[in-house]
Amino acid sequence: MKLPIYMDNHATTPVDPRVFEAMRPYLTNVFGNSASRNHSFGWEAEEATEKARKQVASLIGATAKEIVFTSGATESNNLALKGVAEMYAEKGTHIITAATEHKAILDTCKRLEKQGVRVTYLAVQQNGLVDLNQLRDAITDKTILISIMHANNEIGVLQPVREIGKIAKERGVLFHTDGTQAAGKIPVNVLEDNIDMMSITAHKMYGPKGVGALYVRRRNPRVQLTAQMDGGGHERGMRSGTLNIPGIVGLGEACGIAQAGMAEESKRMEYMRDKLKDRLLASLDEVYINGTMEHRLPNNLNVSFAYVEGESLLMGINDIAVSSGSACTSATLEPSYVLKALGAGDDLAHSSIRFGLGRFNSEEEVDYVAGKVIDVVKKLRELSPLYEMFKDGVDLSKVQWTAH
Amino acid sequence: MAYSNKVLDHYNHPRNVGSMDKSDPNVGTGMVGAPECGDVMKLQVKVNPETGVIEDAKFKTFGCGSAIASSSLATEWLRGRTVDEALAIKNTDIVNELSLPPVKIHCSVLAEDAIKAAINDYKTKSGVPAKETATA
Repeated sequence: MKLPIYMDNHATTPVDPRVFEAMRPYLTNVFGNSASRNHSFGWEAEEATEKARKQVASLIGATAKEIVFTSGATESNNLALKGVAEMYAEKGTHIITAATEHKAILDTCKRLEKQGVRVTYLAVQQNGLVDLNQLRDAITDKTILISIMHANNEIGVLQPVREIGKIAKERGVLFHTDGTQAAGKIPVNVLEDNIDMMSITAHKMYGPKGVGALYVRRRNPRVQLTAQMDGGGHERGMRSGTLNIPGIVGLGEACGIAQAGMAEESKRMEYMRDKLKDRLLASLDEVYINGTMEHRLPNNLNVSFAYVEGESLLMGINDIAVSSGSACTSATLEPSYVLKALGAGDDLAHSSIRFGLGRFNSEEEVDYVAGKVIDVVKKLRELSPLYEMFKDGVDLSKVQWTAH
Repeated sequence: MAYSNKVLDHYNHPRNVGSMDKSDPNVGTGMVGAPECGDVMKLQVKVNPETGVIEDAKFKTFGCGSAIASSSLATEWLRGRTVDEALAIKNTDIVNELSLPPVKIHCSVLAEDAIKAAINDYKTKSGVPAKETATA
């Protein structure tokens, strides 16, 4: 076992060696521009992108023509939201999303609000899921788009996309989902789930950084988008710019590998994740799991170790790469807005750790991580005045704190 | 974020961790911060009533590594000082000693507040009027 251990696979994943091998020729001697229609260099490049397009489409149950290549999920999210808001402005000016979305959605919505679009940010329930009745109630005759993520990047909970898609279809509203964390990890089918647009990225599924895709439905309904990048009219006019061929080949290969091995891999992730969870819960008291375990990515665990501050915990496990929802790990000094949205209280947000298992983690690593986390939490609790008060039976919610 | 060696040293080997009897008239207790802000420090001093010298200091801190280091350092500095000398400790002294980056200055402010709160608690208990202290 090699240290440090990488267990932050929701942030990014390493490139699978098979993906790299598939990309290699396109970084060296196969260098053509897929838009060059009149020589073999261009044809080779185009052939490679069309193969990748099929691989991406196949992973999510779409057709190749519905895949628009982008620079990643942030761009895909921007294109979906801004493109729909602009294209459908005459139909309506209302978008519905959720409070726990990624910043690429929330900040895009904020910009659209400045341009006169009205945005509803649905609260989530304590389990992290949106309430479908609230969603139904939020839809008006001005609503043009619902954008709800498939899997959350912090707590891994899976939103009821199939039900959301059904509601959207019934009400004649488009449905976009940010599938960044879900694609390649769990089965996704845009037809069965009534998804009209879906953002994905390569680097969360063992592909390279800087490449992603937006699925844009072509039939029933045909979704139209106003391009946000002007230029040569690539990608059926929706996203201009010479295609990133090596990246696209890598994305395609990553999708192919994910699809072929998904059933087995997700079982392995779930086994290791549950082992980690069970060991932590068995050895430590006052450990809280953030978000429902029932609807969750198989590789995600997000837990709060009460009375221990997240950054100090990360410092103690410095040979393990994970992340914390604590304020001190971010530049803003604000704890995770996702955990706050669950209503768990800021103190538990400060105490949270996100474990993101991945293809290249081993069971031996899981055992090491569990042991190390348990040791450090125990050590920090000996240092914690809050744990001492808790043990003395003090109700911390009744203490008059001096906020600063 | 990279931590200075001194912060790492205090984090790995915190000095004077523990608690003293709050009801002891010679013990002053200061507790500052709030769980929802991500840091709470408890600092205690035991003062020799004859000499006014701090004979012992203990801390417990919930907070990031810099908060732990700031309070650990504070206990080291408190031991052997008189209560008035203790009140002269400034957060900037802690910032300099631990090479805290700007985003961690609030940890040193909290430590200074904890020192003042502990000394004031001792003074109140022993009948010396507490000095007005600025709160951050």
